[in-house]
Amino acid sequence: MSDHTTAQDAVPGRLPVPKTYKLYVGGAFPRSESGRSIPVTAPDGRHLAHAALASRKDARDAVVAARAAFAPWAARTAFNRGQILYRIAEMMEGRRDHFAGAVVDALGVPRPRAEEAVDAAVDRWIHYAGWTDKVAQVLGGANPVSGPFDNASAPEPTGVVAVFAPQDAPLLGLVSVLAPVIATGNTAVVVASESAPLPAVVLAEALATSDLPSGVVNILTGRTADVAPALAAHEDVDALDLTGAGALAADLERAAATTLTRVLRPGPRPDWWALPGLGRITPFLETKTVWQSVGR
Amino acid sequence: MPRPLSPADGAPARPAPLGYAPAPESRASVRLRPAYGLFVDGSFTEPGDATFTSVNPADEQPLAEVTTATEADLDRAVAAARRAFDGVWSRTSPAERGKYLYRISRIIQDRARELAVLESLDNGKPIRESRDVDIPLAAAHFFYYAGWADKLPFAVPGVPAPRPVGVAAQVIPWNFPLLMLAWKIAPALAAGNTVVLKPAETTPLTALAFAEICQEAQLPPGVVNIVTGAGGTGRALVSHPGVDKVAFTGSTDVGREIARAVAGTGTRLTLELGGKGANIVYADAALDQAVEGIVTGIFFNQGHVCCAGSRLLVQESVAEEVVGRLKERVTRLRLGDPLDKNTDIGAINSAAQLARIQDLARAGREEGGEQWSPDCPLPGSGYWFAPTVFTGVTQAHRVAREEIFGPVLSVLTFRTPEEAVAKANNTPYGLSAGIWTQKGSRSLWTARRLRAGVIWSNTFNTFDPASPFGGYRESGYGREGGRHGLEAYLDV
Repeated sequence: MSDHTTAQDAVPGRLPVPKTYKLYVGGAFPRSESGRSIPVTAPDGRHLAHAALASRKDARDAVVAARAAFAPWAARTAFNRGQILYRIAEMMEGRRDHFAGAVVDALGVPRPRAEEAVDAAVDRWIHYAGWTDKVAQVLGGANPVSGPFDNASAPEPTGVVAVFAPQDAPLLGLVSVLAPVIATGNTAVVVASESAPLPAVVLAEALATSDLPSGVVNILTGRTADVAPALAAHEDVDALDLTGAGALAADLERAAATTLTRVLRPGPRPDWWALPGLGRITPFLETKTVWQSVGR
Repeated sequence: MPRPLSPADGAPARPAPLGYAPAPESRASVRLRPAYGLFVDGSFTEPGDATFTSVNPADEQPLAEVTTATEADLDRAVAAARRAFDGVWSRTSPAERGKYLYRISRIIQDRARELAVLESLDNGKPIRESRDVDIPLAAAHFFYYAGWADKLPFAVPGVPAPRPVGVAAQVIPWNFPLLMLAWKIAPALAAGNTVVLKPAETTPLTALAFAEICQEAQLPPGVVNIVTGAGGTGRALVSHPGVDKVAFTGSTDVGREIARAVAGTGTRLTLELGGKGANIVYADAALDQAVEGIVTGIFFNQGHVCCAGSRLLVQESVAEEVVGRLKERVTRLRLGDPLDKNTDIGAINSAAQLARIQDLARAGREEGGEQWSPDCPLPGSGYWFAPTVFTGVTQAHRVAREEIFGPVLSVLTFRTPEEAVAKANNTPYGLSAGIWTQKGSRSLWTARRLRAGVIWSNTFNTFDPASPFGGYRESGYGREGGRHGLEAYLDV
């Protein structure tokens, strides 16, 4: 009874439960308000998942969340921000296999190479965790003015930063652009790599369990060109990191000019494996100089 | 004696509140040419076919004819700057670069009185300010940055061998002509760049005198080029394909235009733009000092100051007293001949600026504000606007939102420190703010929360070459002054 045997073989074992990849906005994981999604494939063409296709409305919601989170995040002590960034590293380390799988799927690289990228990303959080309470000493200081004044300059976070994450380094590149933005007290709306967004969503899951206050990091997936103009022209966005904006960069910079939004332009392709300098910290800082009259 | 009004006003002299004799500074130290060409590649060109007249805003008399630079002139100036950058300046040792800047600083000091008089003639500001603020600070700025030239490895943390950017296009405003030139040229040259600078069309004369100083200092030709003209010349200069860096000080609207123009080009940009500074007076402030600070905050340089304290936020419990004392103090300000050493308030820089101030003051009245000025006769010729205080102003009024760039103060009140901070930050600008309180912890609490680049606590409108200056938000980006000011001119 060959038919019977075949039917027996077809009885399913345990069915895996695939994950729904959603946006990360204000500490929650909503689908796009548009109800749209976009299929994500591996470099070999294999279907991986449906990612949420963020709309302009989602982008604006993310800016609202980031704006609300800015003042309290900036007011945290630098030490506390450092602890939370370190906690993010801990959470990533605990999900190392999950992240490595996401990087293999996203880039088609061998597993050991993906694990190296995850390790480098974890270490990048730790690197920036250590910057939080040193930036002010390195970039600020006393100014010896002529007169009876104490005068000192100190860096302050710019505000809400729209981060266009690199397209071809969906985890290490993403962490390398995001960590320096939030380390100093900015909040971020991240537009994840368009073709490889899934590691960003996995990162969001780690962020959500890292004591990072809701809204400090918001992650959008989908088509960069759909949400980028709304973010660049948004009056409540204070700075743009155009690293992953590609051909859109010049138009976005032009849109940013209307409200004098600060812009980090895309440079030559960065080496994400190299130890970063201050080049991704200073563009998102303002210098505040305070004169205090001295007298009896 | 009557207060020093222009004889042209014809009205019978009124008794002044205080009897000051006229004390005019001599114009003899100023040697003006009838017409100026451009300063390109170390020498002056012949005056061009198209010229404009720089007038004395205090009496509308012409001072000199100045050339409108053409696009071909700009090409020559940028090419000269490039040649000087490649051929000379980038090969000059840092210490020698510094010595040129020291020389320039010394010559400015040597010619300080002449430059002060010239600045007051061309700009309309009181000689007391050009003599005691503009010119000494300009000399100090060159002296400060001269010392940085051979210390650049210490300028930017983590960048041990920073390189200059190249050719900088610099466009400056008319409110502090020579001082703004110094803020632009000194750090640029110290960092090893060469420059093409355009002064404002109403105040080109001290920049042209500075060109002579460059010659006197034997600065290599092409390191500094001065081109004159109006907005069109500036627009052409900042979008010139041969420049690596643009630095602009001026209005926020022009700043936006420049940011749009350089978008996508890779040209580096710093902008120092407008402001609507809040000056917060808490009830526990030393009120006499606070009143002096309010006056300095808004009436210094006729209010032609981007960081002016144009919004007075005074705690409700002392509002009446502070406004009363303020009006009493403003009544004693002396408006008139900029060259008179007793003058507190000089001329408005141009007819166009006067019209803008009048327009906003009219809007203030129409929107329900109460406009007050002392009984203050204005000279019959020239451009003048009496010191003005608006009370009954809300945050929605144009006089409380828009930069007036004139001697016009808007008074608002608050009850709690939180309200003061919220109102102070309720502006798209973020350049300056002032705090008046005798309680140190409250001063620091407030300073932390103000979103502005320069905070003055129990002082206002103080400046120093060592102190970084620049704004948050729509007041622009980048800093001028101090170590921070070098970063705009270094490729890091």
